[in-house]
Amino acid sequence: MNGGDDGLDEIQAIFFEECAEGLAVAEQGLSAMAEGDVSKETIAGVFRAVHSIKGGSGAFGHTALQTFSHRFENVLDEVRGGKIVPDAAVTRIMLNAFDILSDHVAAAQNNGAPPADAAMMEQLDQVLANKGAAPAAAEPAPAPAPAADEFGFTPVAVSIEAIDDPFGFEPVTVSLDDMDGGPADWIVRFGPSRAALANGGEPVLLIRELERMGGTVTSVDLSALPPLAELDPEDSYCLWTVTVPGPVAEEDIRDCFDFVAPDSVIEIARAATATAVVSEPEAEPVFAPIAVVLEDIAPPAAPTPAPAPATPAPAPAARAAAEPPAQTIRVDLFKLDQLLNLVGELVIQGSILSDRLAPADQERVQLPQLARLTRQIQDNVMSLRAQPIKQAFSRVPRMLRDLMAETGKKVVLDTTGEGTEVDKGVLEKIGDPLTHMIRNAVDHGLESSEERIAAGKSPEGTIRLSAEQKGARIIVRVADDGRGIDRVRVRAKAIEKGIIAADAVLGDEEIDALICAPGFSTAETISNISGRGVGMDVVRSNVEALGGRVEIQSVPGQGTTFTMALPLTLAILDGMIVRLASQRYVLPLTNVVETVKPEPGQVKSVSPGSEVIELRDAYLPMRRMGDMFGVPPHLRRAPEESVVIVVESEAAGLVGLMVDTIDNRREVVIKSLEDNLYPIRGLGGATILGDGSIALILDIDALVASHGIHKFAPKGMAA
Amino acid sequence: MTKLILTVDDSASMRALLKTALTAQGFRIEGAEDGEHGLARMHEVNPDLLITDINMPKMDGFELIEAVRGVSQFRGTPILVLSTEFSDDKKTRAREAGATGWITKPFDADKLGAAIRRVCP
Repeated sequence: MNGGDDGLDEIQAIFFEECAEGLAVAEQGLSAMAEGDVSKETIAGVFRAVHSIKGGSGAFGHTALQTFSHRFENVLDEVRGGKIVPDAAVTRIMLNAFDILSDHVAAAQNNGAPPADAAMMEQLDQVLANKGAAPAAAEPAPAPAPAADEFGFTPVAVSIEAIDDPFGFEPVTVSLDDMDGGPADWIVRFGPSRAALANGGEPVLLIRELERMGGTVTSVDLSALPPLAELDPEDSYCLWTVTVPGPVAEEDIRDCFDFVAPDSVIEIARAATATAVVSEPEAEPVFAPIAVVLEDIAPPAAPTPAPAPATPAPAPAARAAAEPPAQTIRVDLFKLDQLLNLVGELVIQGSILSDRLAPADQERVQLPQLARLTRQIQDNVMSLRAQPIKQAFSRVPRMLRDLMAETGKKVVLDTTGEGTEVDKGVLEKIGDPLTHMIRNAVDHGLESSEERIAAGKSPEGTIRLSAEQKGARIIVRVADDGRGIDRVRVRAKAIEKGIIAADAVLGDEEIDALICAPGFSTAETISNISGRGVGMDVVRSNVEALGGRVEIQSVPGQGTTFTMALPLTLAILDGMIVRLASQRYVLPLTNVVETVKPEPGQVKSVSPGSEVIELRDAYLPMRRMGDMFGVPPHLRRAPEESVVIVVESEAAGLVGLMVDTIDNRREVVIKSLEDNLYPIRGLGGATILGDGSIALILDIDALVASHGIHKFAPKGMAA
Repeated sequence: MTKLILTVDDSASMRALLKTALTAQGFRIEGAEDGEHGLARMHEVNPDLLITDINMPKMDGFELIEAVRGVSQFRGTPILVLSTEFSDDKKTRAREAGATGWITKPFDADKLGAAIRRVCP
């Protein structure tokens, strides 16, 4: 455990107070036992006191104290269970053990040498083995306590510097090419038993965990599924087969099933030895035949410019520092969320009214005034949820101290705009990306003091952290005055990783952007606390999942600036409503680039299930949303009767998505699937439309990534 | 929405440790100091997850889990046991009482986080 941590020092102080209390209770109890009080309560009190000391000592790394209290606790446990009679001899030994325990606590508290306890432990073990004074058949001694470091709390220092990587923003690199010669994939078969669904167990979470390791569900055996009438909602009928990449450690896969009831089916085997389940045909898509409402296809809209974000400008302003302390009231966040939801509904109702009323009628009922008021209420409610970004920035100085110690570099931090306010939901989610950006800046951006002096710079590097509000966006910048991005090396690595072709023509900015390209640096593990081992691609996808953007500017020799542009709120989204087989879906407008009404011959098939659309002399990968969502063939439309929406995606750049029609464009209130169900890949949430029907909100990046769509050429060439 | 976790442990330092480790991972934490208090807090805060110690005064962890599972509202609430105990007997007893999973103290913050995500949607 990190002894230098102020917070932990405080907790450790509480621990020693507890030890003092525990010792007092134990002493009192043992004295009472010596006087003949062997009541259950007395013994239990002593046991608990020693047990708590053991528990805490483990957590704080006081190994000697932990070992001794554990031996003492073993005896007390048997006394408590009636297996050892606390006669005078046993009680005397326990009183002696108590003295040593007190010495141990004092030693731990004062960082002194632990007392000699070998003889005492021997005695305790004898009592345990003999079940008190009477020699009995020896029972095996209880298993020893887990080694302190087995589940130890000490953070493992991983030096990124130690890994030979010329400029890498990521130490661990696993490319698909590397895997070809690697171990065969794991085939994991998982059939939870009925008991696995009891006690709040949720097998789907384990599947998600396997997916996070890179796993893919290749089949689900539903043969045990009874007719609906006979289905017992508390029983389990599914047998999943999940393919997990070969390099994943078997232990990590087994860990997932740690809590699964023992009578479940859990089989983990390498692909070669497993039964061939991969080739099984996919389950027939379950999709009730719904009558398609054939509507006129809307004429293709003009290319949509990067849309103005949902939230209007009058937003929470930074409060002047000189203001007298405001009177405050504490409100449950849930109530604020409810209020924000309701206001969102009000906005939607307003737009429905304006749809339905002729302009003259709108004026007559003063709808514009109502709309303006509604908008003001919405802004006000959002400002209630706004918090100064200082909360996220305040973690940085501490982190920099650790980084300086780790890397030996000297860093000066310059922070501005801490008072900028941002929605609490956004605030909670920018901590991780911010941590990674700063780590990157220190690890890879800044040079060592010697290097800096040689380059004619001051020995200390500077990191400038700033926040400001621009329109409906919050701009957060992390700028270093280090060496800048080595574009020659980045380019070479990107070619090596197969991200760009060897002869690709790229501008400086495009090369810089490669740092965030998926696959440029592939992380094996994601750790929320330390932030180690996460590539910049993850940073970018996290920020984009929030509806934000990451930009990189770098000047060789002068430094690099990472800019995050984040939305002010996560509750409302500007979306394009599209139709597919009578269902409606929402595409975030931030992803939409343009819409195309395909002419005959404009859509070409490349291979089964893979099509392209020709657009101004370039070919874009295209997918039919009907394929993605399993729409049955008789409800599909021909390309000429459809609309292709060109979206900008993370993994594949510009991609065409074919839908039936476009309904309209409007603001929608996002209802989380995560809160009400669980995260579903490819869906960012759901919304309730004006007519009360539900539309799913697409998460374009995840959708494109999960359907394995790749770009044909670097964005600069395709666009 | 941020997940709310109720931690029940008679040791204030253990509760503080859990709070520090789990708050850093984005969870909201409420605490209770024994089984009885824990059961009362369950009704008050209706958490997304209960993490409980076993050896506690008044009402121990096993009794707490049984009591919580006896309330229909909490039938599906995941419950993790966090204890220095690690014998299979105790684990089986906890499972029978209605625990979803078991973690041995002292805990590793990352592993605890992973275990939580394994049971808490």
